[in-house]
Amino acid sequence: METILLFAPLVGAIICGFSWRLIGEQAACVVSTGLLFLSMALSWIVFFAFDGETYTRDLFTWIASGSLDTSWQVRIDRLTATMLIVITSVSALVHLYSFGYMAHDEHFREGESYRPRFFAYLSFFTFAMLMLVTADNLLQLFFGWEGVGVASYLLIGFYFRKPTAGAAAIKAFVVNRVGDFAFLLGIFALFKLTDSINFDVILAMGPELAEMTISFLGYELNAANTIGMLLFFGAMGKSAQLFLHTWLPDAMEGPTPVSALIHAATMVTAGVFLVIRMSPVLEYAPYATNFIVIIGAATAFFAATVGLVQNDIKRVIAYSTCSQLGYMFVAAGVGVYSVALFHLFTHAFFKAMLFLGAGSVIHAMHHEQDMRNYGGLRKKIPLTFAAMLIGTLAITGVGIPLTYIGFAGFLSKDAVIESAFAFGGGLGLYAFWALVIAACFTSFYSWRLMYLTFFGTPRGDRHAHDHAHESPMTMLIPLGALALGAVFSGMIWYNSFFGSVDQVGRFFGVEYAEEGEVGAEEAHAEEAGDPVIEGAAAEEAGDYAGEDAGGYGEAHYVFTGAPGDGAIHIAPDNNVLNDAHAVSTWVKLAPFIAMLIGFGTATLFYIVNPSLPRRLAETNRPAYLFLLNKWYFDEIYNWLFVIPAGWLGRLFWRRGDGNIIDGGINGLAMGIIPWFTRMAGRAQSGYLFHYAFAMVLGIALLITIATLSFGG
Amino acid sequence: MQDNLLSIVTFLPLVAAIVMAVFLRGNDEAAQLGAKRMALFVTAANFVISLFILTRFDASNPGFQLVEEGEWMMGLTYKVGVDGISVLFVLLTTFLMPLTIAACWGVSTRVKEYMIALLVLEALMIGVFVALDLVLFYLFFEAGLIPMFLIIGIWGGKDRIYAAFKFFLYTFLGSVLMLVAIVAMYIDAGTTDIPALLDHQFSAAPLSVFGFQIMGGLQTVLWIAFFASFAVKLPMWPVHTWLPDAHVQAPTAGSVVLAAILLKMGGYGFLRFSLPMFPVASDMMAEFVMWLSVIAIIYTSLVAMVQEDMKKLIAYSSVAHMGYVTMGIFAANQQGVDGAIFQMISHGFISGALFLCVGVIYDRMHTREIDAYGGLVNRMPAYAAIFMLFTMANVGLPGTSGFVGEFLTLIGVFQVNTWIAVLAATGVILSAAYALWLYRRVVFGDLIKESLKSITDMSTRERLIFAPLIFMTILLGVYPSLALDIIGPSVEALVSNYDLALENLVPANAVAASN
Repeated sequence: METILLFAPLVGAIICGFSWRLIGEQAACVVSTGLLFLSMALSWIVFFAFDGETYTRDLFTWIASGSLDTSWQVRIDRLTATMLIVITSVSALVHLYSFGYMAHDEHFREGESYRPRFFAYLSFFTFAMLMLVTADNLLQLFFGWEGVGVASYLLIGFYFRKPTAGAAAIKAFVVNRVGDFAFLLGIFALFKLTDSINFDVILAMGPELAEMTISFLGYELNAANTIGMLLFFGAMGKSAQLFLHTWLPDAMEGPTPVSALIHAATMVTAGVFLVIRMSPVLEYAPYATNFIVIIGAATAFFAATVGLVQNDIKRVIAYSTCSQLGYMFVAAGVGVYSVALFHLFTHAFFKAMLFLGAGSVIHAMHHEQDMRNYGGLRKKIPLTFAAMLIGTLAITGVGIPLTYIGFAGFLSKDAVIESAFAFGGGLGLYAFWALVIAACFTSFYSWRLMYLTFFGTPRGDRHAHDHAHESPMTMLIPLGALALGAVFSGMIWYNSFFGSVDQVGRFFGVEYAEEGEVGAEEAHAEEAGDPVIEGAAAEEAGDYAGEDAGGYGEAHYVFTGAPGDGAIHIAPDNNVLNDAHAVSTWVKLAPFIAMLIGFGTATLFYIVNPSLPRRLAETNRPAYLFLLNKWYFDEIYNWLFVIPAGWLGRLFWRRGDGNIIDGGINGLAMGIIPWFTRMAGRAQSGYLFHYAFAMVLGIALLITIATLSFGG
Repeated sequence: MQDNLLSIVTFLPLVAAIVMAVFLRGNDEAAQLGAKRMALFVTAANFVISLFILTRFDASNPGFQLVEEGEWMMGLTYKVGVDGISVLFVLLTTFLMPLTIAACWGVSTRVKEYMIALLVLEALMIGVFVALDLVLFYLFFEAGLIPMFLIIGIWGGKDRIYAAFKFFLYTFLGSVLMLVAIVAMYIDAGTTDIPALLDHQFSAAPLSVFGFQIMGGLQTVLWIAFFASFAVKLPMWPVHTWLPDAHVQAPTAGSVVLAAILLKMGGYGFLRFSLPMFPVASDMMAEFVMWLSVIAIIYTSLVAMVQEDMKKLIAYSSVAHMGYVTMGIFAANQQGVDGAIFQMISHGFISGALFLCVGVIYDRMHTREIDAYGGLVNRMPAYAAIFMLFTMANVGLPGTSGFVGEFLTLIGVFQVNTWIAVLAATGVILSAAYALWLYRRVVFGDLIKESLKSITDMSTRERLIFAPLIFMTILLGVYPSLALDIIGPSVEALVSNYDLALENLVPANAVAASN
């Protein structure tokens, strides 16, 4: 079943991409979509049937050389199962949505067939993404990693006539490759130390790696930290974290369904997935995880500031994605991997929904993407408005404070923020405040988007407004389905991802025990037959009456699973999850208050007093330009990397190859060649003659020597 | 047939060439077509025959197999055989030749001679890979240049004389030194039999020449002589500049053979001679070679980025890819050497296909200027798809054969020297930049150039040429064990002999050095 769900999208891509001429465009698209719905159904079955026990299926050998031995494999554990439902659900819905969205596209000429190509790319992407999450070794993960990169490249450049699309596609691929470069080095380092890149070996070696050193670029470094950092650099590229984020906003050149699937829900979360997958190593790499927290929080803050002033509806959401990915990394960095996955899970629903909603708006407005030309659309496209409203409520984190009732984002985002605070220390506080401020900004730009688009008076092209129309059912059904996720996914799975240790442990298949008993067990490790308390014992212990910390009386469990067991690994001395439930009330209220402030400010700026934003921008022009130009990252990178690379290339070519190497050798040749020419005379095919002459001479010499020595 | 399989595969094209030269008369269209058909038939038949090598080859045996030995002229012996290192090169050659011939179906000048040159070239290239006698090897190795020289010189572009001159000059210098080294080896070992030479230990005691102390002694001297020849052939930085010129001037078939097979002779030479015969010198020089390789990867990738000529760009990209090969060989561990051989095989398919891709549009537009194109996807969707696949394979996308070689060589080198591995891995970024930049300028964008408005997509013949290449690139990318299982045992033997030789010789050296 796992194999079928994995390969169904590939089959769909091949059928759709290569045989649409035979079976017709529409049929090809239907086939690929149908196969994805099959894949989705199987994924949900796998998810619900999964009992916490990791299992793998071997397909066949991939690269085997000496002690390096990798196979194509399917690994199913809770992490994979969760990713499976996210990927296949969003992908299936995006396929369906694309029937409507891609029906007519002004980027293509009359009679051109572009839809089968589009569906084939989408299906291929899904396949690569599934390969990524089901990998049981780093190499197959890297295959998926690069595969999604190519699919992303092809889809960003889908409107091939647009020069900006071509540029954005290359940028996305090359910037990702910068991350991949580090990722590869991480794989090499792991192989050097552990002689394997298979998860069953390397994940179990987390604590040992922490003891090892690796000599890297002349330094003796701690192995776990080095590997953790290298792999995280890879994750930074794919997940568009600060410094390697520049490709993501440009990637909005692709069609909107692509943005929803690839650049919001799935591919960009691959970096988070990698970090969670490597949790057994990262738990023993404190410097690396601290670095993850720093970058994650900085990205969350940075992207939110830029999102405040963007005018392109898709770019606002793109920066929002970038920012939310930062939240996920903070959760992973502070050691609460389950919460990172929780936010990834809920975010996939509401962000895909926001993108698809934005697509619906763009569709209605004849491919106008500038929000300054929207306004007052809520009456024209009420269903889209409702969907976007749900998405906005989810992303801004609306819920009833101090309870577990709220939109998906309310539960998962607050879980991240509480975890960051519970991490403690200067770093925890830094992350906490960065995320709270980012939450305020998130609320502001999300409501700004809503107000500019759906409220106020129509602006811009009157014709477009007059013809604005609600989208077809194929586009509205996916929005409805995702709305369910955006509303309920947080509440349903709250306890599984961010409940008490025993709930999380059960969900992820990680062993846990009562806190007091761990020490005792260790002391009697040799005598104790079965040191692990599970199931019945744990439930019995659930009655244990402890101090009531936010409704979690059973805060006395700790994880005891060995690294590599279960889907994630949280070290026994990592208490952030417990502490996160015990944070003060003001901490729990902080994101909610931040959200209210953002909402209030946006209302003031865009409903109450619409002239305020312009005045503010004029009085603070440098700050406004700084944000509008995305902190000038593109300009700096262009100046730092792109221009010097071209300059060096030309220098090496003209001066290096031309003047020095050729110049030198030709100079030498001008001395030697005439001498040979005189010796050999002037045959018509001069050089060839010289050459043959020299060779014959050589052979003659050899034969002479050979005969002489044989004779003697 | 059973006993002379390798000889048959080697000489069948040569015999066909002679038959063609003697019996085929006339220069009308029928005769031209006849020559093409005959060449295609012979090379295809040769490929089928060469498959028997594979069926009779025992992959678990690391030694030479299918060996044939006999007296030759003047006291020299004729000896051929294959092991895991060489057998795939033979198959690569026989596989690519029919495709190459099919790719020059449009040639109309001196067709018969062209076919003869290609057939002779095939025989000589196979000869290089199967020769087990030093003299025989030298003969094939050097003689192979003559048909290549003619192909560039007669059927080449307008600056073919300059390119041919350069080609000659570089290889000449290398081959003179190699010849001297071969003589010296013969004097030292008393035989030209390659298996015997592999068992012979060349002295590594320091030599004193004109007051200069040469570490590694005779081994170092011989190593340098061979290195000069192979480094030019491969080519390595900084003796690579003949390659872009030769490629630019060569006709499509010439470029394909040059990039796909001829370059590999250099890498093969390192594996057959330098590493196993001169282990001490190789070990001493390994770091030097790896640094040259890294420079090649970064330098030529940057140069490729600013090229205006498609063939030049791909030629520079070839030099960068050969950098991975030399780096992997001199990492001298299983992954490195496995990767190097795999990279050479895979590069045979990929670079061959890329030059064919250039050929497809060159045949239509008669220009290689990148700026003359743009927006080809509008009228040539099949071409765009195929070119995309090979661009990605060239970039080293996992799932294509290009990835396996790159990955294995890098992981091999990382075990030995992290600086080199880190710098070489930047090639991953640079190759993406230049390859996609090329692709974008040629294929993407709107089709606005008037001259391109009537360009046609690939014909059935062209698609059929690419089909086997696509198949192999993906097959080897997804299931590389097909090749790695054959390569593995011989490489394992090579690496363990190498390590053993160093262990045995290093103490002796230490003693010598202290004196």
